[in-house]
Amino acid sequence: MKTIILRTASNYLLPILLLFSIFILLRGHYLPGGGFVGGLIASIAFVLHAFANGLKDTKKLLKFHPGFLMPVGLSLAFLSGLLPVIFFDQAFMTGLWMQDPIPVIGSIGTALFFDVGVYIVVLGVTLTIIFTISESA
Amino acid sequence: MLIAILIGFVFALFLAFAGKFFKGKLSILISLIPLGLFIYFLQYIPNIASNQIVTESQQWIPSFGVNLDFRLDGLAMLFSLMITGIGTLVFAYTSSYLKGHVYLDRFYAYLLVFMASMLGLVLSDNIISLFIFWELTSISSFFLIGFNNTNPDSRRSAQTALAVTGIGGLLFLAGALILGSIAGTYQISEMIPLSEMIAGNAHYVLAVALIFGAAFTKSAQFPFHFWLPGAMKAPTPVSTYLHSATMVKAGIYLLFRLTPVLGGQEFWNTTLLIVGAVTMFYAAFHTLFRTDLKGILAYSTIAALGILTFLIGLGTHEALLAAGMFILVHALYKATLFLMTGAIDQGTKTRDVTVLSGLRKVMLPIAIAGILAAISNAGIPPSVGFLGKDLIYESTLNFNHSAIFLTGLAVATNVLIAYAGYVTGVKPFIGKLPTGMEHVDYPPLLIWLPPIILGVLGFVFGMFPSLVQESLIKPILTSVGRDPSQVHLKIWHGFTPILGLSVLTISLGLLVYFLWKPTKSKEDFIERFEKFSPKHILESLAVLFEKASDLWTRIFQNGYLRNYISVIIVFLVGLVSLTLLENTTYRIDYSSFSRLTIYEVVTLAIMIMSIGFAVFTKSRLAAVAATGVMGYSICLFFVFYSAPDLAMTQFTIDTLTVILFVLVLYKLPKYLKLSDYKTRVKDTVISIAFGGLITILALEVLAQPVNEEISNYYAENAYILAHGKNVVNVILVDFRGTDTMVEISVLAIAAIGVFGLLKLRLKSSERKQK
Repeated sequence: MKTIILRTASNYLLPILLLFSIFILLRGHYLPGGGFVGGLIASIAFVLHAFANGLKDTKKLLKFHPGFLMPVGLSLAFLSGLLPVIFFDQAFMTGLWMQDPIPVIGSIGTALFFDVGVYIVVLGVTLTIIFTISESA
Repeated sequence: MLIAILIGFVFALFLAFAGKFFKGKLSILISLIPLGLFIYFLQYIPNIASNQIVTESQQWIPSFGVNLDFRLDGLAMLFSLMITGIGTLVFAYTSSYLKGHVYLDRFYAYLLVFMASMLGLVLSDNIISLFIFWELTSISSFFLIGFNNTNPDSRRSAQTALAVTGIGGLLFLAGALILGSIAGTYQISEMIPLSEMIAGNAHYVLAVALIFGAAFTKSAQFPFHFWLPGAMKAPTPVSTYLHSATMVKAGIYLLFRLTPVLGGQEFWNTTLLIVGAVTMFYAAFHTLFRTDLKGILAYSTIAALGILTFLIGLGTHEALLAAGMFILVHALYKATLFLMTGAIDQGTKTRDVTVLSGLRKVMLPIAIAGILAAISNAGIPPSVGFLGKDLIYESTLNFNHSAIFLTGLAVATNVLIAYAGYVTGVKPFIGKLPTGMEHVDYPPLLIWLPPIILGVLGFVFGMFPSLVQESLIKPILTSVGRDPSQVHLKIWHGFTPILGLSVLTISLGLLVYFLWKPTKSKEDFIERFEKFSPKHILESLAVLFEKASDLWTRIFQNGYLRNYISVIIVFLVGLVSLTLLENTTYRIDYSSFSRLTIYEVVTLAIMIMSIGFAVFTKSRLAAVAATGVMGYSICLFFVFYSAPDLAMTQFTIDTLTVILFVLVLYKLPKYLKLSDYKTRVKDTVISIAFGGLITILALEVLAQPVNEEISNYYAENAYILAHGKNVVNVILVDFRGTDTMVEISVLAIAAIGVFGLLKLRLKSSERKQK
């Protein structure tokens, strides 16, 4: 499937899709979207790139094995839940929020970090599964 | 007390890392742990003697009434002292017996875990924590029995022991739960005042039967006795520890402990009496046909356990006293005999009683220990065994029902046990030393001192029974709710019928010993009846189970994914439609349907077309693409009904699913063979049934009144409490964030699973290519 059109397009599509996935991730708190969908879109971006340029190129682009994303995301999500326990003596997973919203991103709270964690885990999981299967198929 | 119990576990864990320091000469230091614990328990002797009970409570799962409640009373004291005291000697003995063994550290770790579990077992007042320690003893004894894991026989015995005691453990759990729900508490001490109420409950018999199952398997009562002779494959220190003082006595302990709660009822007493009587006679009789020292000891242990069960079954004041005394007596002489056997085995490399004789010339201290133990075992005064035997006869003679018969049975058993003692404790040491054994090494100090200590103790306690009377024996009676004030242990009671019975036992035992010689041919003779033994029957049952599960696996787990799917679907359809047929009123709520719009009709048409295409196409890829179209159409429906989040997720998931399918299927050959007509008809029926079921379910769900309280709560509080306007996402990351946390962990585990499975297979195929 290494057509020249797809290959050219994928070079532009990868950053655009990734940006789009982050956009989806961030808007999740107010509008349809969120970490789960965002992560899936991001993995589609990489899978598309792999289809157009071959798995090797995508892996080179990623620089590390997508499996490493899983523990990173899990610990981020877990730490965001742990934060209120450690610093504010509140129950696990209590939502904490900053007073003023930041432009573009919106209000920042532990839920956002949690969602980012979900995003990273989903990306890691999907890419690990797809890369492993396409390597062994 | 919690620390006293935990220290064994903690140190075992420590040995796992620092074991290599304790493999050599330092291994003797590990015995300081049981020794320290022994001293620790000794300091409570004054409390126990003055009827003070030491308790300690730690909350564990208070909402279920499960706590770590420890209670040191007379019974627990006796067992704790035996566990730690004999433990100390066994630990010390091991450091010489297994000197230089590669896995000595591992052995000590198992032994420590076992000792700690045993302590927890006898100290627990909460029946659930007692159960947990009970299971821990089963598990740790599995490792101890199977310690020589290169020997298939050893592994097999360990498995048998684990299987039998494990089944007993399950029964125990069931019994404990029933008992707890009858009594409304899991505290044994709180159950005692409720014993009448418990006995009156309809489930009393069931609870007792389950607890019996546990006690009989653990304490090797007929017909579950066979794991015990098998367990003799273990190194001798293990046999000593497990079979004299600890593991097998746990069942007896449980019966003893629960006597004030469940005892005094006909079912309880009669069952114990019969099982105990059968076990003691059956096992004592079997000792006549064994030639292996350890085999004889194993059967005489079973017989002793039978006597204990029998005595608890008698349930009278005297019987319980006799049982308490006999536990101590038996532990002392049986441990000595086992330790002595180990020394003989190590010195001469044989345990065959027909070969061994005259060993006093080469291992005098061992001979002294063995003879002391044999005297105590036979109940010859002034040993403590004499006291024990006296009490047994006293309780059978004074029993109000068929006293003569019961006494006769007890005498017969004791005669045979006495014979077993003579054969193991005396015979190897007297007579002529066989050629080839002149140069047997003199046993080292740590081998001969422990049995001597135990053997001598048996005499000290016998000559001065007041040593144990106030501190151990009387509190045992108190702890089972009997009045101990009439207890006076002494050797000389005057010329009574009991004395006559004792003399009769001792002399008949000697007579049997002189007239009956154990030979190989006699052992072979009894082997012929092996076919009818419970062991053989249970083993055939196990084989049957294996075959049945094999058949089951071949049918349902045959490796064809299509079969798995159809099994799952057919099962689900069957189960759900059964419920639907039974208690559902079919009514379709047309009013809740919205009107059909043109886009829906178009989407529906696309869906139907793609289904047709998926079914009739000849290309796999096209079929996958068609299911993808189906998925997208469903997304459209989500969009129509204002569920954009769901639509987005479904859309991406469908995309990825198609990609996955393509990845896998792309490499496969084109359709080589279509499934035949019959299979296709079958598949069609299954698919239609499943589709129909889902449709009915969906319609039924619509007809149910919806509880909107929860969804309203989320909708109202999403912004107030969680600063979010997208309710779906707020639920995911905030309200039910812990769920999401677990879900992403599951995702990660699944990915690791896929990675592991495929990469492992890749590696092995790569290896083949090389």
